[in-house]
Amino acid sequence: MREFAVVQTVTTNDTAATNDAAILLADVVVALGGFPALAGVNLTVQRGELVALRGANGTGKSTLLRLCAGLVALSRGSAQVMNVDLASNRAAVRPYVGLLGHRNGLYADLTARENVQLTAQLIGAAGEDVDDALVRLKIDARVAATRTRSLSAGQRRRTALASLVVRRARVWLLDEPHAGLDTAARKELDQILCEATRAGATVIYTTHEVDRADGELPRTVTLAGGVVASDRAATRGAPR
Amino acid sequence: MRQALIIARKDLLIEWRARLLLVRVAPFALLVLVLFAVALDSEPLILRAAAGLVWLAMLFSALMLVQRSFDVETDDGAVDVLLTGTVEPAQVYLGKMLAAFVQLLALAITLVSGAVVLYGATVGADQLVLLVTATLCAAWGLSSVGTLYGAVVANMSGRDSLLALLALPVTAPLLIAASRATEAAFGSQTIDAASGWAWTALLVVFAITFSAAGAAAFGTLMESDT
Amino acid sequence: MTGTATSGTGSSGTGSSGTSSSGTGTLFTRIIGAAALVVMAWVVVSAFFITPADTQQGDSVRIMYAHVPAAWIAYLAFITTAITSGISLARRHRTLGFDRVAGASAEVGVLFMGLALVTGSLWGRLTWGTFWQWDPRLTTTLFLFVTYVGYLAVRNIDSDPHRRARRSAVLALLAVLEIPLVHFSVVLWRSLHQEASVLNPDGDVRLDDLMLFTLFSGVVAFTLIFVWLVMHRQRLAALQDAQLGAGLDAAIAARRAETVA
Repeated sequence: MREFAVVQTVTTNDTAATNDAAILLADVVVALGGFPALAGVNLTVQRGELVALRGANGTGKSTLLRLCAGLVALSRGSAQVMNVDLASNRAAVRPYVGLLGHRNGLYADLTARENVQLTAQLIGAAGEDVDDALVRLKIDARVAATRTRSLSAGQRRRTALASLVVRRARVWLLDEPHAGLDTAARKELDQILCEATRAGATVIYTTHEVDRADGELPRTVTLAGGVVASDRAATRGAPR
Repeated sequence: MRQALIIARKDLLIEWRARLLLVRVAPFALLVLVLFAVALDSEPLILRAAAGLVWLAMLFSALMLVQRSFDVETDDGAVDVLLTGTVEPAQVYLGKMLAAFVQLLALAITLVSGAVVLYGATVGADQLVLLVTATLCAAWGLSSVGTLYGAVVANMSGRDSLLALLALPVTAPLLIAASRATEAAFGSQTIDAASGWAWTALLVVFAITFSAAGAAAFGTLMESDT
Repeated sequence: MTGTATSGTGSSGTGSSGTSSSGTGTLFTRIIGAAALVVMAWVVVSAFFITPADTQQGDSVRIMYAHVPAAWIAYLAFITTAITSGISLARRHRTLGFDRVAGASAEVGVLFMGLALVTGSLWGRLTWGTFWQWDPRLTTTLFLFVTYVGYLAVRNIDSDPHRRARRSAVLALLAVLEIPLVHFSVVLWRSLHQEASVLNPDGDVRLDDLMLFTLFSGVVAFTLIFVWLVMHRQRLAALQDAQLGAGLDAAIAARRAETVA
């Protein structure tokens, strides 16, 4: 696993127990244009955990992910991701996180392969990593050589996922990654997420799905009205 | 620097695929030259004004190029993905600036050739070095200011007109200097070659100032979309 | 506990005490306002009635008493916006107080820049018969004006206060780079046309003591007006921001109530 040569900013005075936490949110309020998308979220996620974030539309799931990615500002409360204090310097969290938001972040005139290659080149990953990622996301040679402008929504999504896989971030934040994928692709995606956590990454994804194919559920956090409504631990034998 | 080169290559590859410069911007720029001739309706006047008109056309075309350069980044949120990686914002700026420079240089060559053909401008062999140097420095300055202000208005509504309103006043020194230097290279009565080189020096100052400012400010400007 | 964020209602940075509940006036601004009125009255009286007309320009020289202070305030506003923008970018916790002052100063500054341009243009017309001269000072002021119009346009479009503060702060600092460059280029440019550099209305006026004092009073009066306007404008902005913050608590409660069990 690639080493990150980034200095970690330890800004918290709290006890050593929190040093293992990848994400530490306390009474977080995020106001977008005056509207509190998050209205007091308390959440702790340990490193290497897999968390499914559920909730109806408009309950703040996407905002929570964007907060952890350092893309939106904190209005109240405190938030630390990988020991970076988001209130004082949220841009510093960027090297640690990989976000797959609603938009795919692709260049329409580049092929799928070129898009993934760009990510790989920028972080100095090997060329084989690109091939691996494309294979895992079931992107065949023809699709890989097509400009993303001409791909279907599902294919674009998978390309964006391939870029995320290549990035090997410490914290993976995925907004509805399963949407638009068929059953086989979903199983593959779950496999990829499990492997990522086994390699030490922390993974949070939002979903509308209640049950996984094999009946095992990861830790499931449900949002409602901008706060955490329930936090159910993973079922026995499920990926952590 | 390595990352900047990768990003520059990416920008140029996208431009090559879309062929915007070739098919739309260069013809537009040449059309502007033609329209100037039609509007001014006086060959000796046009010849004297040739240098200024070339750079005026460059300014307008540069705005189109820069606009497109950032629309590509913000359409699908690609630049956010770039910045959430381990890429320093300054590298993204330098890469985009480099790509813009290459395109603007190509455009400048086209326009100067246009001025030679359409306006009858001439360049003596001894002024060629001045012309090339001034053009290089002016293209550099234009690409640095353009990329910087493109970042300022990225993702804002009404950004096309806003970009012009913000960037054009700032490019006035560049317009003055580039026009005078090119005028000297075209062999003017009022400006000698030495002044032409002085103006080129001003171009370099301009370019360095705004390249530094751009590299410093890019991170802050692209910090996020709420 | 470190890292706790507050909503964006920071201190105003002008050292004033609390505002009254009905408006943005305080004792301090009332004093300044009164002083401005007094000095302004003196300037008007002196400019029109007491000081002599110029030997060459006649009564048209009296425009100088409006033009020179206005130009001075225009640049003062520019510097104020630049400095407060720099501070607002540098502060880690990004309270919006300095940004509000920067915005207020820019708004008031644009007013005075326009005034300087109009009076300068009129003066030139009366003295030399032309509305405009491409002399460095007038041209630079024109560029300053256009740049700040753009700055205000950006401030008006951006809705999120923090992002607006960042963007406009960068613009203000870029203007600090731009304006000297513009000025220098225009100086060089006009030096190519020798005859234009001499045409400067206030370069030819001989100023005696009374005229100098009136001019100085004019600068003082305009500065007081500037400070008064900026303080009120920035407090208005602070109240607007505070209103947003106060509404937040109610909004949070409503948001949580969305949880329908």
